[in-house]
Amino acid sequence: MNRWDRGWRLGLRLAIAVVVAMLFVFPVYWLAAISVKSPDEIYAYPPVWFPSAFHLSSYVTLFRDGDAWAVWNSLITAGVSTLLAMFFGTLAAYSIVRFKTGGAHLPMWIISQRMVPPICVAFPIFLLFVSLHLIDNFTGLILLYTAFNIPYVTWMMRGYIQDIPLELEQSALVDGLTRWSTLWKVVLPMARAGLFATAVFTFIFAWNDFLFALILTKSEVVTYTVKVTGYFGSQSTFWSKIGAMSMLGVLPMIFVVGTMQRFIVRGMTMGAVKG
Amino acid sequence: MQTVAGKSIHGERFFKYALIAPAVFLILFIGLYPFFKLIVTSFQNISMFDEIRSYQGFIHYGRLFGDTRLWSSILNTVLFTVVALPIELLLGYFLAVLFLGRLPFKQALVAIILLPTIISPIVAGSIWRLLFDQRFGPINQAISWFAGRDVKILWTVESAFVWPAILIAEVWQWTPFMFLLLYAALSGVDKEQLEASQIDGASWWMTFRRIVLPAIMPVMVIAVLIRALDLFRVFDVIWTMTQGGPGTQTETISIYAYQMAFRQFEISYSSAIAFVVIVILTAIVMAALRRVELAR
Repeated sequence: MNRWDRGWRLGLRLAIAVVVAMLFVFPVYWLAAISVKSPDEIYAYPPVWFPSAFHLSSYVTLFRDGDAWAVWNSLITAGVSTLLAMFFGTLAAYSIVRFKTGGAHLPMWIISQRMVPPICVAFPIFLLFVSLHLIDNFTGLILLYTAFNIPYVTWMMRGYIQDIPLELEQSALVDGLTRWSTLWKVVLPMARAGLFATAVFTFIFAWNDFLFALILTKSEVVTYTVKVTGYFGSQSTFWSKIGAMSMLGVLPMIFVVGTMQRFIVRGMTMGAVKG
Repeated sequence: MQTVAGKSIHGERFFKYALIAPAVFLILFIGLYPFFKLIVTSFQNISMFDEIRSYQGFIHYGRLFGDTRLWSSILNTVLFTVVALPIELLLGYFLAVLFLGRLPFKQALVAIILLPTIISPIVAGSIWRLLFDQRFGPINQAISWFAGRDVKILWTVESAFVWPAILIAEVWQWTPFMFLLLYAALSGVDKEQLEASQIDGASWWMTFRRIVLPAIMPVMVIAVLIRALDLFRVFDVIWTMTQGGPGTQTETISIYAYQMAFRQFEISYSSAIAFVVIVILTAIVMAALRRVELAR
């Protein structure tokens, strides 16, 4: 193969790759375009492919009507539950790695909890939360997401903590640090990258959830995913609101995929593939 | 370990359980309690009209066998899984091969392709419902261009098009996941072995079967298992696009279980369904976990 040949092949591959990337990004582009179209353009026939101007009226409407609170609700529930799940899950992971707590079965049992389809336990959880007065308030949703994500955090952090050399901890203990301060001053700083990546995915799971938000909320702490589905009516569909609200849910994810690429493989496969 | 730096064995034992106790408690709270509640409820008779809390035997489990709507929802779920999975796998593999090696703007292009996998399935479903809209959506318009006449397909209503529409949405969202995993796996294939086989004059197929496939197999198995489990419990995308309609045509097992529990309040019966699904899935999950653990 000469140099020209190679150049052609590379050019062809690049062209195909660009087309594929455009195909994958087009639906998201369409959503973004709808969110900044004027009402006339949204309901124009034939559809307008490129908005003529940048209208923020859809977003303004969301904030004026108070619907944008749903994004705040998502942020609070996903954010707080991520912090809690990270805290409890990481402690559990450390216990499992360093003390082999529960032998080989406990970690397996913990991760298997993650695999049960949510719909199967949705109703009993609903009943439980009704009896505890945890429906439609932050405590309930945060508690649920925390508990639901702990298996993931435990499993992921178990992998990351296993990668930390044992000698570091031993020398810290010999130097007279307690177990607790060894964990905080030696282990966790070493697992910083893993903690960050795991936290981001935990946040995404809660942020993207729909089913539990649907059954455990009514009006006060409705999250953005529930709001989006509410705009689809049998009579009329509120396109501008769907576009704007969905974009508010997608924008943080665009940031994530831009900065977190090297963690994504490990994060999405529960550590099975290190990437 | 237990005697490092003179720490007492007793203290360590307390410490290790104290660390893990809150996590286990929370998992039990939303995991184990609902599970037992589910089993108990499935042997009672609680619905919109009845509230009999005494033991009723296996009446609801007996009902499962005669419920054609349940069986068609299971069939839908299985068919959807076995159709979507190979498509995602193949497309993902071709993408991975395409991106293997030197390519300008690789990082940026990969980031763009990955975006669908981390947005909410609810948003994905909404996007595709807008795209498939018969009047204001771009898909019908694009088809009209190629057909040379006005095409008005009711994608989410007409029975011939509703499954393909959902399939396209699902493939769009999750092919990038397959791509990413297979790309990671292919990057790890031993280059020297590949070159050696080329020098020896091995055909493409032989190289693929003897060198590439065995090397990417562990990752591929994990990717397929993760996706199979996700496809089996698909809910959000279908919920936004069709809510299981038209009629019950796109009802999957998750949609059906939801309808039974939260729309028709067949509490006991839906518990029986959920329990059977959990039993079936546990078998698959245990196999999956063993694979995941092996690959670590």
